[in-house]
Amino acid sequence: MFIVELSDLQGLITALQGNGYAVIGPTVRDGAITFDTLNSVDELPRGWTDVQEAGSYGIRRREDDALFAYNVGPHSWKKFLFPSRLRLFAAQKAGKGFEVDPAPTGTLPRYAFFGVRSCELAAIAIQDKIFMDGKYTDKHYKTLRKSACIIAVNCVRVGGTCFCDSMNTGPRAKAGFDLALTEVMADGKHHFLVEVGSPLGKSLLQKVTHREAQDAEKVQVDRILKAAEDKMGRTLDTQKLPRVLQDNFEHPRWEDIAKRCLSCANCTMVCPTCFCSTVEDVTDLTGDHAERWRRWDSCFTTDFTKVAGGNMRMSTRTRYRQWMTHKLSNWVEQFGTMGCVGCGRCITWCPVGIDITAEATAIRENSMSTLNG
Amino acid sequence: MPAKRPKVAVFKFASCDGCQLSLLDAEDALLAVAGAVEIANFAEASRRVVKPPYDIVLVEGSITTPHDVERIREIRKMGKVLITIGACATAGGIQALRNWKDVKDFTRLVYASPEYISTLDRSMPVGSYVHVDFELRGCPINKNQLLEVVNAALNKRKPNIPTHSVCMECKLRGNVCVMVAKQIPCLGPVTQVGCGAICPSYNRGCYGCFGPMENTNPPPLSRQFRAMGKERHDIMLMYRGFNAYAEAFRKESEAHEK
Repeated sequence: MFIVELSDLQGLITALQGNGYAVIGPTVRDGAITFDTLNSVDELPRGWTDVQEAGSYGIRRREDDALFAYNVGPHSWKKFLFPSRLRLFAAQKAGKGFEVDPAPTGTLPRYAFFGVRSCELAAIAIQDKIFMDGKYTDKHYKTLRKSACIIAVNCVRVGGTCFCDSMNTGPRAKAGFDLALTEVMADGKHHFLVEVGSPLGKSLLQKVTHREAQDAEKVQVDRILKAAEDKMGRTLDTQKLPRVLQDNFEHPRWEDIAKRCLSCANCTMVCPTCFCSTVEDVTDLTGDHAERWRRWDSCFTTDFTKVAGGNMRMSTRTRYRQWMTHKLSNWVEQFGTMGCVGCGRCITWCPVGIDITAEATAIRENSMSTLNG
Repeated sequence: MPAKRPKVAVFKFASCDGCQLSLLDAEDALLAVAGAVEIANFAEASRRVVKPPYDIVLVEGSITTPHDVERIREIRKMGKVLITIGACATAGGIQALRNWKDVKDFTRLVYASPEYISTLDRSMPVGSYVHVDFELRGCPINKNQLLEVVNAALNKRKPNIPTHSVCMECKLRGNVCVMVAKQIPCLGPVTQVGCGAICPSYNRGCYGCFGPMENTNPPPLSRQFRAMGKERHDIMLMYRGFNAYAEAFRKESEAHEK
């Protein structure tokens, strides 16, 4: 482990740019900490923090000039790896047939994601399974993902809707990064403990002024991160949870949620693991030119499960149940992990503050099965 | 492209003309449309009138008089496909605000000789009187959506006109939610997408111009507005906009009348 002083952190951004990366990181925009192109350390949300609760988000000034003293915002990295709109191909009429022009993958940007939280590493690992590690590969995702560099940042404080501890995905990044930083501000010092996670990370660090970390500095970081772990805003008891939800398929709580749910789909849009999309075909007026576009879709829309003959999920009750049981139960069978990483976005960004942890708890506590009494 | 161009006619009822003008506002695409279809009856664009039947009839405006009722029934007979455009035609429009009052009070107030005014007691959507094949929402409609519907009809494909929430459009655009992050009451979670989420993109709450979305559930949103400090009367007024008489908005505003 190494130490990089605050004054030398710019060197890391410069090194990434020198390696041809488009650096993306957190920045303050429209009253939130969002992800955007980053050219300088000065563009980071220095001295800002966020306050998150169910259905509410705000940013506040801190008394210090910490660079990373906030948690995840409205954006997640999926907006770069799995863009909200993507042209899959274009087709031009040629004689009696069509000439197909597939979406180019050769000219895609090489991203360096700067400031990826531990829960987000877990989310990216989940989307990797879906888009490139399974039987079918999303070439666009894979191209972007394989060329991306990840600079993780450990959470030294946790937010009001965070529950990564429950999902075993944080607050400390364990794997899946090239470099991981922990911001330390104590005794008049402001520096970053840096862990190297890959040969790429090692070579990047060589270009940045750094020194070996002392044992006391490592212990200090362990202590800071342990303290964060103990302050989680939410908890979710995952013990036998997949089974509990399956056994409560007809629980009255689903109807209770449906009365409060807007089925606006915000939860699925902000979720860093939700991966559903639809395709739309467009044509020009002559019909000579056609394009197929993919865009994010949600299991909360009525078109989502529409098939010939009807729709298999006609009510908000069945749609919410589908979403939640997929995340916390069926996903395990499908992909070997839960689909929830405990980032809390679905709780914060629900306009009416529906809380997945509270709903799961309510179902467990009044379980209709004998499993949890 | 079929050798014979499909005939398109545009008719208006009680409305401001803004929606049909979005066809003329289509700029470059207008020439392509004019090339692809025969404009058979469109008073705003040409005095030339081709006799019915028409392949596509676009109807703007709400039905507000006994004469309107007769006329829309005649127009329905002229068109193979009838598409209503805009909040007046799909929900009764802003003029449907009179549906909560006695219309005679207005005619007495406005006209010197109200006995000459023959009007219905309510402003209603076209669909209340005749079968409508497709409804294009909005006040005004989005010209790209209009082109998409005409385009899809010409190419015999499904139009890409989603009926989900404005929220999804905000998220696709990367907008920060104005309601969650800025405590601005927003009708986006109960309103159909179509405008491109213009207002939230400019830090305003959604006004609900495209009417209730599919499977809409306004009561919890209203409860959230109350929690944010909105008075019941103000919540009622939020739903009484251009789509006031669309059923879900009508019921929700009536629930906040007292």
